[in-house]
Amino acid sequence: MARITIDPITRIEGHLRIDCQVDGGKVTNAWSSGQMWRGIEKILEGRDPRDAWIYTQRICGVCTTVHAITSVRAVENALDMAVPVNAQFIRNMVIGAHGVHDHIVHFYHLGALDWVDIVSALEADPVAASNLAQSLSDWRYNSPQEMKAVQDKLKTFVSSGQLGIFANGYWGHPAMKLPPEVNLIAAAHYLQALDYQRIANKIVTVLGGKTPHVQNLAVGGVSNSINLDSQSVLNMERLMYVKTLIDQLEEFVTQAYLVDIAAVGAFYLDWAGHGKGVTNYLAAPDMPMDEMGTKFDMPGGYIPNGDIGQFEQITSFQDAMFRDSVKESSKHSWYENGSDPLHPFQGETNPKYTDWQEDGKYSWVKSPTYKDEPAQVGPLANVLTMFAAGDESTKKHLGFVIENAGAIAKTEIPLAALHSTLGRHAARAVRCAVMLDSLKRQWAALVENVATGDTETYRRPEFPKGEIQGFGFHEAPRGVLSHWAVIDNGKIKNYQCVVPSTWNAGPRNHKDQMGPYEASLVGNPVVDEARPLEVLRTVHSFDPCLACAIHMVDTESNEIVRVKAL
Amino acid sequence: MKRILVLGVGNVLLTDEGIGIHALELLQQHYRLPDDVEVIDGGTSGMDLLDQLADRDCVVLVDAVKTGDAPGTVVRLAGDALPAFFRSKISPHQLGLCDLLAMLQLRGEAPKELILHGMVPFSLETHLGLSAEAAARMPEFVERIADELRRLGAAPEPVTGERGFWTAAVA
Repeated sequence: MARITIDPITRIEGHLRIDCQVDGGKVTNAWSSGQMWRGIEKILEGRDPRDAWIYTQRICGVCTTVHAITSVRAVENALDMAVPVNAQFIRNMVIGAHGVHDHIVHFYHLGALDWVDIVSALEADPVAASNLAQSLSDWRYNSPQEMKAVQDKLKTFVSSGQLGIFANGYWGHPAMKLPPEVNLIAAAHYLQALDYQRIANKIVTVLGGKTPHVQNLAVGGVSNSINLDSQSVLNMERLMYVKTLIDQLEEFVTQAYLVDIAAVGAFYLDWAGHGKGVTNYLAAPDMPMDEMGTKFDMPGGYIPNGDIGQFEQITSFQDAMFRDSVKESSKHSWYENGSDPLHPFQGETNPKYTDWQEDGKYSWVKSPTYKDEPAQVGPLANVLTMFAAGDESTKKHLGFVIENAGAIAKTEIPLAALHSTLGRHAARAVRCAVMLDSLKRQWAALVENVATGDTETYRRPEFPKGEIQGFGFHEAPRGVLSHWAVIDNGKIKNYQCVVPSTWNAGPRNHKDQMGPYEASLVGNPVVDEARPLEVLRTVHSFDPCLACAIHMVDTESNEIVRVKAL
Repeated sequence: MKRILVLGVGNVLLTDEGIGIHALELLQQHYRLPDDVEVIDGGTSGMDLLDQLADRDCVVLVDAVKTGDAPGTVVRLAGDALPAFFRSKISPHQLGLCDLLAMLQLRGEAPKELILHGMVPFSLETHLGLSAEAAARMPEFVERIADELRRLGAAPEPVTGERGFWTAAVA
């Protein structure tokens, strides 16, 4: 028996510590601990709710846009405001492009290194790699010359001794199973993905005014002026430019990303049997198509116990079921917990640090529940709820990945395989493709609506005297994000952000039920305790983002693994 | 003309962690910068900055640093001293600047010259705005960045500007 502590987990956002008990080569117990105190919401108290989005987009370096959009939605909800549809479409395109960007980066630049052995790619035969890649896809950058060029670049880089980005990989680990040629294809697409994530970012810049922090949002709409014939505002030329960017992204996502996830997945099908964890899935609907957010291009809802038949749809930005079902427990978190759990409108954030206590408090992350149960959020929850809602685009791309992986592995893959570590990666790719489909529809809807002569993008908010409260949600790249605002005489009185990684990385709750990271680790194989690659695979599959609080250059770069025999 | 990027990074919600952002805002209030100098508030971003960093002649990075020296200590690191500094001390972000620079290197787009101007923070509490101690040292810190631009041949022109957003938000 042994106890593994990984602190910090690298290639994620923020500071996460994972402890696992390992017995007979398998994880038998696990603890997830967020090592940073947030409490940034306190800064918002007393401020103008119209500015809240500017501050909330500073909470995290990855999710800037995500917090900004959710904040304006929360304030608009408190005001019961209708938002011009043009503003909805423009916002939708910004969040769609951001999501596509985020998923590409997660798979190729963060997650893939758990599965792809970069060093092994140096041994590959570039011609064989090219032949294999071309047999799987029409993607234009799969030529032998391309593969050879990538291999040469990698050789130069590795021999320079500056492994940098690749320094923390478990190269040569027995759990790495891809043939050298597949590793080389993945490495080639790793480099190409750098170009395509830039393209996604360009869409955010064109519409959002600036990146990394968008400037075009406002409570009541967006600050973009539309005039299809003017040179200085959002015009047809810029919209056509956005369309060409969307088309380029679609080519990469459908011909490279979806194919790669199927091919890599086919070699790791055993990972469809690990990492199941919490199977209550929660995802918010998104891409509102009307002023009040009652029609959505991407549906969402709640699935209890992994049973798609029990799917409950979340129907609007005003959904009372969602509003009333979210609570947060601090029983195992470093906060005071008088009455526990609490609804976010009553949420408290008063720190009470103990030490890391496995039966007591051990994390700065609170533990959220939906209908009093823990819930998994993220692309898998999103894809399952969209599938349950009968979304055509989801069925198409999910079918493609499952069929292609099955064809390569020469076996039939059931839908239930999605409840796993591998399933989370597959779902992220599927969601990325679905979002691109939606992005195209948002673009068309905007152009069509503007063509009718409607160029309204903003309505001025009016704040009443007295207290009002509102919530806003957004199906962000890592799952449902919600902001909860209490506003008194036009000033913020209480503000709580329930972030996706809180749902997934949370510790045990008020009923001592494990959070999704913890539950998903139980049963994971661990071949070599000193090099727990398998633990990282499952944790990374959630795309952890510990709501970044710290940026300063001050921590050691190396992942530190401590193993204690018990 | 050199393509120069002055990149401020940090989190303005954590007191002096936002030194880089505040310094850049002050720099732009005190000086009008030549056209070949681009100033970017990078916040706490990672990958989003890849495009901005690519193909620059020179990147002047402004950030809070932890060197083991007393709070308020200012440092200038350049050349060989910098990669070593980044290798042993990177941020806990999914992809820190160290990773971004490595990616750019792999693609042959790394900045030709990279210079870091940093200050050791006094406080990292959850709070909007600098500590009084760091704020008092800002004018001198900003002058060091202006001197750097002069050295690079991109002389900034003094102006009396308005208060920037983050300065106003604190007041």
